[in-house]
Amino acid sequence: MKRGTITGPVISALWMVVLSITVAVTMSFATGDPVRPHMLLSLAWGAAIGLVLAHRRQDIAGETIGALALTAAILLGFGPLAFGQAATIWTKIIAALALSGIFAWSTHVILKDMPKGPLTRHEFEGAVIRFLTGTGYIIFTAAVLIPFYVMVMTSLKSQQALLQNPLDFSIDLSRGIDLFRSYIELFRDFNFGTYLWTSFYVSVFTVAITLLFSVPGAYAVARLRFKGRAAFSRSILLIYMVPMIVLALPIYIAFSMTGLRNTIPGLIMIYPVTTIPVALYMLQGYFRGLPVEVEEAGLMDGLTRLQVIRKITLPLSLPAMVSVSLYVFMIAWNEFLLAFMLLDDPSKFTLTRGVTMLNSSEIPRQHLMAGAVIATIPIMVLFLGLERFMTKGLTAGSVKG
Amino acid sequence: MTSAMPPSGRGALAKREARLAWNLLFPTIAIVSLVIILPLLAIFWISVKPVGLADLRPVAPIVKESLRGSDGELRIEYRVRNSSQSKAVGGVSFSDTFPDTVVPRDIPAPCTFTAPALTCDFGTIEGGYNERLRIPLATDLDKDTAEDTLEGTAPRVTGSGDNILTNTTFTLDNFRRIFDSKEFGAVLWATVFYTVVGTIGALVVGLFAALLLNKSFRGKGLLRGLYLFPYVSPIIAVAFTWVTLFDPFSGSLNALLIQMGVTQGPINFFGQRPQALIMVTVFEIWRYFPLSFLFILARMQSIDTDMYEAADMDGASPFQKFWYLSLPMLLGILSVLFLLRFIWTFNKFDDIFLLTGGNAGTRTLTVNVYEQAFAISNIGAGAAVAVVIFAVLLCFSFLFLKYISQEEGL
Repeated sequence: MKRGTITGPVISALWMVVLSITVAVTMSFATGDPVRPHMLLSLAWGAAIGLVLAHRRQDIAGETIGALALTAAILLGFGPLAFGQAATIWTKIIAALALSGIFAWSTHVILKDMPKGPLTRHEFEGAVIRFLTGTGYIIFTAAVLIPFYVMVMTSLKSQQALLQNPLDFSIDLSRGIDLFRSYIELFRDFNFGTYLWTSFYVSVFTVAITLLFSVPGAYAVARLRFKGRAAFSRSILLIYMVPMIVLALPIYIAFSMTGLRNTIPGLIMIYPVTTIPVALYMLQGYFRGLPVEVEEAGLMDGLTRLQVIRKITLPLSLPAMVSVSLYVFMIAWNEFLLAFMLLDDPSKFTLTRGVTMLNSSEIPRQHLMAGAVIATIPIMVLFLGLERFMTKGLTAGSVKG
Repeated sequence: MTSAMPPSGRGALAKREARLAWNLLFPTIAIVSLVIILPLLAIFWISVKPVGLADLRPVAPIVKESLRGSDGELRIEYRVRNSSQSKAVGGVSFSDTFPDTVVPRDIPAPCTFTAPALTCDFGTIEGGYNERLRIPLATDLDKDTAEDTLEGTAPRVTGSGDNILTNTTFTLDNFRRIFDSKEFGAVLWATVFYTVVGTIGALVVGLFAALLLNKSFRGKGLLRGLYLFPYVSPIIAVAFTWVTLFDPFSGSLNALLIQMGVTQGPINFFGQRPQALIMVTVFEIWRYFPLSFLFILARMQSIDTDMYEAADMDGASPFQKFWYLSLPMLLGILSVLFLLRFIWTFNKFDDIFLLTGGNAGTRTLTVNVYEQAFAISNIGAGAAVAVVIFAVLLCFSFLFLKYISQEEGL
């Protein structure tokens, strides 16, 4: 089994299956043309080329010939890809070239340094791991990208086009500004400008209030000695464990009775409470890591504790503050349950609540997806722009789901 | 002479420090107990009350005044009714002030007039009570002016109904109802499946993702950012995208599966058993693998590379290195993540609610709270489910504190 002439073709055949599925799915999603992988032919072609490579190792000429033969075979109709009647010639050519090119190059990488004869455990596992790694990259990237791709593309299509061929995500650029009709309608007819603004300032208020409460609390837990410190730390952790839905019910009742339901101030009162424990936990971890000596020097020089916090601790922990703020902003921006239960009046919706409203059979799908895109883009821009801080915030806020 | 000893007990400095600490903590403690501890107590209270959604609006008497008749024969009409059809309201009375220019005549039964106020005392009115009081007026004003002067003063109404939330009627019906129903078994099964498979799945998938990215190559930062997308984006966006993607009629994924020849007809992924439960679990894994991925990757990168070099010298193969070196080093973070994710998956509500609304066998305990309280309008039963959730969580928290707090050094 562990011989170059056997392992090579087997891995190569499996790899061909993976790649032909990938190319077929990609082409289908990009053009809507019927492309499907042919399993048996994929295995056969992969094995054949793998066998050639195993015998003529590290030979560029061999791979080029293999790639060209593969391209020709796909175009002639007995390659690893099968095309339906509707497929255009361009789809065929692009699919054939992509599959052959990627396969030739990647198989070369996977099977490099593989001798013809018996393999050592290292060589065998190396090849298997390279094959699995490649497959892993493809699966993970596809699983993450496809939903987001579909979300963006659906928002640009029309209802009829979607029903006619749900796979056709090609964009007709000649439609010009009309491509963004769903977005324009959301902002014009569905108040999305207001929702965006409401979500924004609710989130900003949440961040501000959270920091106001959690910074002193975190400092006390991290630095000051008092009875019940351990118990307090533990109860912060315990509060994470209480599910929001359990609290939402009494909060709903209390808000109904006091008239705070359906008001933005009510929401701003509740949101920080869900984030204060997380922020406190994250910040106290960071404060603990700061050198005590700097603060003690400050105390020796006659600063009070509060001055120490303001003049020494806070400036030193600016990066942590950014992380925590971003994380809290993300929680508040994405919050759905409380906004859904407490807001009924369409003029006061947050963005998430507004998008939920679009989920009805009377409103076309592309509007819902456009709403989803509008809700996602600000958080993505923040995330990509400040990824370093965000990842740190996520890691520190381990406990929040 | 006594020898010098370090001071024992708490000195002034320590006391001051403790006082400052409590002052700093006070705002947090206050707001957290107001919004978390109080509601938790409320949940226990409500769970033993027979209270429905409609009972949240308090029962109250309603009095409306209007001016009828024509000039010279004006009369004022008070319509008194009970806002509830079934519950009585006690101590009902209202009083209205009249200007000097308008004087009520022939005061009817429950009312008395001592200028300038008319007071009517009804005592207790039954549910569905609806009566009119007509009082003729003696005035020289024409109708419009009289209307203006009279309606400038609205009648002041007193009276309060029995509030089901604050009285002392208790019942165990809520618990009986949720435990007795045949659904409870199904709910429990969905919860256990979703929690266990979702947690382990997210952990294993996250481990794979971390293994993929635990080497340096170009575009690694890009991929790492990309793999965090599902976790960072708003739940409504991704949940609705999944629903659109898997729609049996216009969903792209069904179209793709048919085109690839995997299935003959469309599959209703979120609408039938047992696919729906599997799909919501897959969604949970998809959405939360980034979290475990991030943690495991951070831990992997802090493992000393010397160990791997030594293993290489000894001729260990890649799989052996993973199994005998990496995995034991990751065990700590894996178990912490497992407990945390387990509790959080158990608590998860939004995802399932948005994907299936708890239909097709996907109703977990948390979704059941909403279902009982708002779909069936039985707040008491919803609270009872919440109490069950809380009891289960207490057990988890015990485990959590026992194992995690040692790891976290708290």
